[in-house]
Amino acid sequence: MHTHSIAAIRRHLSNGDYSSKELCAHLLARIKQLNETNNAFIEITEKEALSAAEQADNTRASGGAASLLGVPLAHKDIFCTKHVRTSCGSKMLKNFVPPYDATVVDKLAASGAITLGKTNMDEFAMGSSNENSHFGSVANPWDNARVPGGSSGGSAAAVAARMVPATTGTDTGGSIRQPAAFCGITGIKPTYGRVSRYGMVAFASSLDQGGPMATTAEDCALLLESMAGFDERDSTSIDQPVDQYSAELNRSLDGLRVGLPRQYFSSDLDAPIADALQQAIEELTRLGVSFVEVDLKNQSLAVPAYYVVAPAECSSNLSRFDGVRYGHRCDGPVDLEDLYKRSRAEGFGREVKRRILIGTYALSAGYYDAYYLKAQKVRNLISQDFTQAFENVDVILGPTTPTPAFKQGENSDDPVAMYLNDIFTIPANLAGLPALSAPCGFVEGLPVGLQLIGNYFDEARLLNIAHQFQQVTDWHLQMPADIRA
Amino acid sequence: MAVDEKTVAEVAHLARLQIDGELVSEYAREMSNVLALAETMNDIDTSDVEPMAHPTHAVQRLRDDAVTETNQREAFQQCAPSVEAGYYLVPQVIE
Repeated sequence: MHTHSIAAIRRHLSNGDYSSKELCAHLLARIKQLNETNNAFIEITEKEALSAAEQADNTRASGGAASLLGVPLAHKDIFCTKHVRTSCGSKMLKNFVPPYDATVVDKLAASGAITLGKTNMDEFAMGSSNENSHFGSVANPWDNARVPGGSSGGSAAAVAARMVPATTGTDTGGSIRQPAAFCGITGIKPTYGRVSRYGMVAFASSLDQGGPMATTAEDCALLLESMAGFDERDSTSIDQPVDQYSAELNRSLDGLRVGLPRQYFSSDLDAPIADALQQAIEELTRLGVSFVEVDLKNQSLAVPAYYVVAPAECSSNLSRFDGVRYGHRCDGPVDLEDLYKRSRAEGFGREVKRRILIGTYALSAGYYDAYYLKAQKVRNLISQDFTQAFENVDVILGPTTPTPAFKQGENSDDPVAMYLNDIFTIPANLAGLPALSAPCGFVEGLPVGLQLIGNYFDEARLLNIAHQFQQVTDWHLQMPADIRA
Repeated sequence: MAVDEKTVAEVAHLARLQIDGELVSEYAREMSNVLALAETMNDIDTSDVEPMAHPTHAVQRLRDDAVTETNQREAFQQCAPSVEAGYYLVPQVIE
């Protein structure tokens, strides 16, 4: 059962092949066993899950048919869960038990989904390797010596290891798509404002966006239908109807125009990754897609702009962690300033402090124009590049990452080298566009992801293309040898 | 711009972060590297470009001036490190 997609689980539950409780119990046993090695989960909510599953089975018996009734999943530990610890991967929130649910958690529960636990992540979603978690790093199920990507590393590894059919993630600079690519699964970052940020611990508020991670595009469509929608509790939520993504999966791709950014396919791109993408392009051509080159001329400035904008917003957002209302407090503070300074020094890890310092510097008097304002202007240019490209093409295709999953420890001494991992994913966050990563091949046994970037609110199109691609390929069905058994 | 240890100390104070001894020089080096990356943006002229603060150029949505949230002080204070009689406790501020 653990290899079943959500689409299959829905059929099996509806046919009575197994109950939600049987499925959840099976997955919980797997989670407990595999977590010893991969550390994908920070919290396992066995008791609550089994009781919710039993309730879902009863609801079904009395005619209930919510879209995800009895379907198990896990939440990235950045989403607040009522009465269940929400650590955000940080010592700062090690004992934080929220008194409320995030809107995403609420909506998925209202659709009948069962939460099996909370997944590991880089502290406050800052990282590309999951090595910045207070709760330890996560092993990539394809090679335990390698990182699963980040920041939604636990969410990606949990799906790849078939501990759970789907997870939630968040994506500020690639944190859904990069781990999805590294772990051989499918994940979508929706248009900024499509999914509510209420109850999602804030990192960079103009970039953060939640989304689903699963084995297939079809499952992502089913999940996103439940997750997306207007929420008056999120001031940047967009009041626009949600498409029926799953109803659009089977549209023909014939006549679709896809742009290939010249800057993404330069000679710098890893040759085996370029080969995998070329094969995907040929596959999509057979489905009736035509490809044209597009120019995203300011792409090389996306990483520099991001690493000013994101730390600036982070330094502002994380000022709320002051040791007073919630979170870690130091022992024996001598005065209020000592309370703030030591609580924050003890509660935050290295990367989070680094970003707070950079952001504080970039926002400080005398440097604001040179760094923050400059970055906001560059952000506009990057966004305009996309607007121009979408005048000629429906969707943009490129790699998700410049390399497959790297080894644990390989980039941890050099922040700038680590940041450059996000080179292909950051532009969509800066522009606020939806983007998806789906498996498209392997390099030396490690999964490779292709990225589709769409115009605003074109999630249905991205999921449609990925689904059609998954009808004629089986990269998304591959799983690590020891998991298959 | 290269950041020196004095600047790290000033910024750390602004951010209310205590940073000790040898870490100051490490942060100085790391911040300098990240700022050098940021300075590659100076390669292009942006004097005629409007800054973009928000992807969809959204403005703050207004709501009716009505009470919508109920008082949940007790629930919220359950996650506080130190409270008494409904107040958050901090070290004495006024003599």
